[in-house]
Amino acid sequence: MTDQKIIQTKPNTALLLLGCPMVPIQTSAAIYLSAILHKKEIDVTIGGTKAARALIEMADVDRIYTECAGGILDVDKVIETMVDGTFDADVSFVFVHNNAGVAYAATLQTLSAGTIVAVVFGDETMLRTNELTEIGCPVIAAQGSHNPLPLKRKIDEVVSWDA
Amino acid sequence: MGCIEKLKYDVIDKHISFKEAAVYIDKNCPEVYEVKPGFKIFDKAMIGIPPVRIGLDGDVVTFPFTKPCYGTFLLRVSDPAEAELIRKNAKTIKK
Repeated sequence: MTDQKIIQTKPNTALLLLGCPMVPIQTSAAIYLSAILHKKEIDVTIGGTKAARALIEMADVDRIYTECAGGILDVDKVIETMVDGTFDADVSFVFVHNNAGVAYAATLQTLSAGTIVAVVFGDETMLRTNELTEIGCPVIAAQGSHNPLPLKRKIDEVVSWDA
Repeated sequence: MGCIEKLKYDVIDKHISFKEAAVYIDKNCPEVYEVKPGFKIFDKAMIGIPPVRIGLDGDVVTFPFTKPCYGTFLLRVSDPAEAELIRKNAKTIKK
């Protein structure tokens, strides 16, 4: 499966689920992806840990790039609402750099009726990609922690769909 | 999962995989149950890679607990009510 085929048609809603923000490019990639999706008129919800949310909210204080129809929510709150059936997204991007991220991607695979895309980065992308492939989760991956451009290119490929 | 952090728990292991947690539970717990991610334990949805195992030994519940920044821990908590809920709602693997 190529990256371009992971999302086949234009989604109406998207979730960005952020993990531990210790790897610098997560915040940049999340803000970029949120902006791209917003430009494509897709309603975005961002879920993350307290620190991950604070990094985004401080960097985009006027919510120019992260104007979220669904808001910027605590990661546990997002999971709880998915369990309760009060929230879902057509596509969920789960940011993964550690094995906890893989567990969150697997959890969303169980809870969501939409497409799950793992956005993998950091120093162990091969290991994480293998773990995600094992559970059948589509992956876009770029090795590295500081230069966001390789991951940006992968994001650009995956947010291109047929209609 | 703030509620779990307020419980009186023992950490059996940390930085483990769900497979390793399952192996420990299968080997060390007299009763073994299986749940899907999102199963509520101590009122919080479980995060995990299926199959997620929960072990019981009387009132003692052994289960994996994932934190975004710290990975997965294997915890043990004594709670009769929660143990009964798991017996009632989870799929039995060994009893």
